[in-house]
Amino acid sequence: MRIDVNAFLGGYPFAKVPGTSPGDLLAAMDRVGIDEAWVTHLPGLFWRDPTAGNAWLYETCRSSPRLHPVPAVHPGLANWPDVLREAVAQRVPAIRCDPCYFALAPSGPEMIALAAAAGAAGRPVLLAVRLEDARQRHPHDVTPELPAAAVRALVRSSPAARFVVTHADRGFIEEVHFGSTPDEARRIWWDISWIWGPPEEHLATVLRTIGPERFVFGTGQPLRLPEAAIAKLDLLDIAPEQRAAIESANARAAGNGATP
Amino acid sequence: MLIDVHAHFFPERSPRPDWRAYNASRLRAGERIGITVHVTSTLGTFGLTSPTYFPSPADVVYGNDFTIALQREHGVRIRGYACVNPNYQDHATAEIARGRAAGMIGVKLAASRRADDPLLDPICEAAQQHRLPILQHIWQGRRRDWPGQEASDGAELCRLAARHPQVLFILAHVAGGGDWRHTLAVAPAYPNVYLDLSGSGVDGGMLEACLASVGAERLLWGSDITMDTGWAKLRYLQHLLPPADFELVAWKNAARIFPPGSFPSD
Repeated sequence: MRIDVNAFLGGYPFAKVPGTSPGDLLAAMDRVGIDEAWVTHLPGLFWRDPTAGNAWLYETCRSSPRLHPVPAVHPGLANWPDVLREAVAQRVPAIRCDPCYFALAPSGPEMIALAAAAGAAGRPVLLAVRLEDARQRHPHDVTPELPAAAVRALVRSSPAARFVVTHADRGFIEEVHFGSTPDEARRIWWDISWIWGPPEEHLATVLRTIGPERFVFGTGQPLRLPEAAIAKLDLLDIAPEQRAAIESANARAAGNGATP
Repeated sequence: MLIDVHAHFFPERSPRPDWRAYNASRLRAGERIGITVHVTSTLGTFGLTSPTYFPSPADVVYGNDFTIALQREHGVRIRGYACVNPNYQDHATAEIARGRAAGMIGVKLAASRRADDPLLDPICEAAQQHRLPILQHIWQGRRRDWPGQEASDGAELCRLAARHPQVLFILAHVAGGGDWRHTLAVAPAYPNVYLDLSGSGVDGGMLEACLASVGAERLLWGSDITMDTGWAKLRYLQHLLPPADFELVAWKNAARIFPPGSFPSD
């Protein structure tokens, strides 16, 4: 069983990206052996009201049981508690809020309120550090990357708050993990999509120093080839049970069992 | 058969105290991926005693000596580029000749000078004389200067390639930073420019765009400093390409552009 916690549906505003339809995503999952995916409506992340893509996302996932919706929640919009309640009613594994893309202070009062409420509702907040390599972004794509300090501040803000952080590299992960208490660190899961394999061996290093229980399988597809996350795992020497935890069990734990 | 045209091993005199473990990791991962030959370059001391992209003549010699020793130690498993700094003309051309005599199979130009600078012309003439391809470090679509290097982009390399149509150029790491679309817009018109697919990027649509730009006949597989992303692109190419075209990218194009006898299949 392999669950991708970091997948998108829909077009990307800054570049032509193939394979963004639900059918294309499912075909890519079949190609590389991914059973289920947590999916977000990608164009919505760039809309003034990112939650406007949620209805389509719910409808799409209802007709594709392998896809699990991760809807956007914008805590700067007054109706966000309703959006969160709807997400919980839809049994989502996580809700998504990318403060830098939504032009919110990354650890400001809106984010802190959302983190606490989502935690109380038993749902982690999923955040991306970045969607693209900063060196290649469109000249008009000037969205800052999520700062590590914001993740530290958010996890400290509420004992109920939980997070799945995607597209983080080794330095970011280590800075947050070892800058947090053990209890705080236990409430963060990291996807492996942006962690380098050999010969730098960043993934092997953090699995050894932080532990496999904190890592989940994520690809960033279709913006990134899903083959990359699998290749990283295939280049590791880890016990089968550890790999299974990264590929599915940890995601189930992070999603509070919402993913079947 | 699989040839990695863009590899690096670290020497003892470098900023990495873990250089032995790093090199062992590359070889171990290479075995798992199925790499037959790593074609490597050593950029001086990688910053220890002169800048990585502006290596001093002494560091150039040290780095090339290390590469030559790797070739001797590992036989056909590792082949080398002679890294040179074109600001030291006579030294650079002498290093190319020395490297070729020691079995090196290409020339590596880092970022000591823009790719279209006239100082590169004697390097190209030496490469042509020894029938060596030139691997040129490239920033895809450079929009500003980057610290620590005098980076070139694809358009600048193509200007050099136009001046030296008999020399074969490897445009480094299309997936290694910057906007690869900038490179793909200029490369098709220059048949002596080959694209190396190495780099940490695994963008959706990138490989399709590379194939549409220059075709499988001008793509070379490589990893640079992230072998996991290299393997990912290789796996996706197996899905995208018919077997004959996949073999071109995996090794046959490399076998064609490097000197005869460089690889076990020759």
